[in-house]
Amino acid sequence: MDLDLDPATLGFQAEVRSWLAAHVPSELPSLDTADGFEAHRAWERTLFDERLSVVSWPAEYGGRDASLLQWLVFEEEYYAAGAPARVSQNGIFLLAPTLFAHGTPEQCARLLPAMASAEEVWAQAWSEPEAGSDLAAIRASAAKTDGGWLLSGQKTWSSRAAFADRGFGLFRTSGERHRGLTYFMFSLRAPGVTVRPIAQLDGEPGFAEIFLDDVFVPDEDVIGAVDNGWQVAMSTASNERGLSLRSPGRFLATAGRLVRLWQALPDPALRDRVVDAWIGAQAYRLYTFGTVARLAEGGSLGAESSVNKLFWSELDIAMHETALELLGGEGEADGPWLDGYVFSLAGPIYAGTNEIQRNVVAERILGLPR
Amino acid sequence: MKFALSPEQAQFADTLDALLAKSDVARAWAAGDHEPGLAVWRHLADLGVTSVAQDGEPVDLVVAMEAVGFHALPGPAIETLAVLPGHTDGALLATVAIPPHVPYAVDAHVAERVFVLRNGVLFTGTPGQRISSVDPCRALFEVTPATEVGPLDGAFDRGVLACSAQLLGAGRALLARSVDYVKQRTQFGKPIGSFQAVKHQLASVHVGLELARPVVYGAALNAVPVSAAKIAAGDAAYRAARTALQVHGAIGYTVENDLSLWLSKVRALHTAWGTGSVHRARVMATLTRPAGPH
Repeated sequence: MDLDLDPATLGFQAEVRSWLAAHVPSELPSLDTADGFEAHRAWERTLFDERLSVVSWPAEYGGRDASLLQWLVFEEEYYAAGAPARVSQNGIFLLAPTLFAHGTPEQCARLLPAMASAEEVWAQAWSEPEAGSDLAAIRASAAKTDGGWLLSGQKTWSSRAAFADRGFGLFRTSGERHRGLTYFMFSLRAPGVTVRPIAQLDGEPGFAEIFLDDVFVPDEDVIGAVDNGWQVAMSTASNERGLSLRSPGRFLATAGRLVRLWQALPDPALRDRVVDAWIGAQAYRLYTFGTVARLAEGGSLGAESSVNKLFWSELDIAMHETALELLGGEGEADGPWLDGYVFSLAGPIYAGTNEIQRNVVAERILGLPR
Repeated sequence: MKFALSPEQAQFADTLDALLAKSDVARAWAAGDHEPGLAVWRHLADLGVTSVAQDGEPVDLVVAMEAVGFHALPGPAIETLAVLPGHTDGALLATVAIPPHVPYAVDAHVAERVFVLRNGVLFTGTPGQRISSVDPCRALFEVTPATEVGPLDGAFDRGVLACSAQLLGAGRALLARSVDYVKQRTQFGKPIGSFQAVKHQLASVHVGLELARPVVYGAALNAVPVSAAKIAAGDAAYRAARTALQVHGAIGYTVENDLSLWLSKVRALHTAWGTGSVHRARVMATLTRPAGPH
């Protein structure tokens, strides 16, 4: 048992660290504004040109074939450097794993490079007004037509949809519940698509409603088999809850900033909460290294991704709450800690609510009866 | 990097697990009949388990102490395996007090060697008055120093690491027993484990233990301070204990039910070897040292 980085990973770490130190921009406007979205898209292009936007992908799609460990190291360096939020995260962390697992070579070649360069930014389109935690209640449908499908219905809480180029989600092609759903990709600019941005708690349109009215999608934009979308989506859902959506690097960076904030404003009554936040970030880091070792031995992520999601989402809120307490009367004033706090509040809700995750842990890991 | 037990360490854990699973000696120990427990300790020594824990890498010690915690093995394990290697002189069990955080020597009436560690200097000790612990398997003794033995570095930190691992093992045992119980206990015509109020609590216990474990092993590799391990494992195990008692209901609140063996152990170890407050102060001191985080 060891935690030592191999020479190649150490070299990669040094390269990433020095490149980020020279290139990370000063703070960009929020990616949930029109200007901010384009500024973040431009930053993704800069990363892509250095082949740093998707380090773990194959080189043919713009990556470096980096190992999972190297990807974690990249993430630690990325957040430690205070680099911008990833506007393309829905595509690169949620859709791409599905394409790698279920996409055709043609789909991968056509879609992945543009995703890696952020020439095309993707929005997720899972939820519907009547299908939230109960995702299998999806009603938006797809009807077969010549050379493709006509999508109709309503999607909601679609992250990035206000400004993104394309969307992906499940639509009903037959049957009921989990059966008869199909995984589609579609253009948010296609005729018949109406996007209505929704202001989030911070006032910015981080998500949107999508109305689809006989939107044509060609056959080549179906992922996996028709009527098999639930299996396709779930086989990579653990990516969203688990490793990739929120890597430890983000929380290590936040914990480091919290310790420095406490040093500047050393309230003895808050010391223990600061320490617990720091330990929590270290715990998540070490836990993830354990996961990497397990995956290297042929294990799979599966239901254990719910453990990750519960932990990081609650840790994130606790860290930001502590920071606002340390700031005292300044806690309500605009600033990065307040922004981070508002963002953190969504964590226990998106990617499957924490109530659903606790059910998953209890039933699939502990074996309790349904 | 491979943050997982080596095949040898995994085999060591399995061997220990199989051996201790067969032992059921805690109740006798609590009642003052130490012979069955001492027989287990002799068996561990004969198989070489004791020496691996004492003289191997810190990870080996953690593996051993996690098993001790999981199976509620009585006896001064932290003291013998973690703190006093090199000072047991062939004795099966040894014990030590390290004031202020370890004011009493556990089981000084059973251990063949008794010590006191003061300001980094080890003394042989003379046991005094016996004091009852919340854990009937832990008899506490005041000790007065007798003869100076010499300096002993790092003893408290090794004890803290071992205590963390023992707490982790005990917490895992509490969760396992609780899961078994809520699957078979029926109310309102259903196993109580089918109710979300029960499921969610046990899921939270699982998350706490899963995230505490890498901190304990990370501390064994010097990736984090041992104090972080004590906090993480102590809090996760204590949550496991409180939840275990709650989901067992009244039967858990009886001395007859074996749950009490782990409930009382976790309560005792949660404040033994430095409270959460003591260890949080230590962690913050590390983080705010002028040289920066460790």
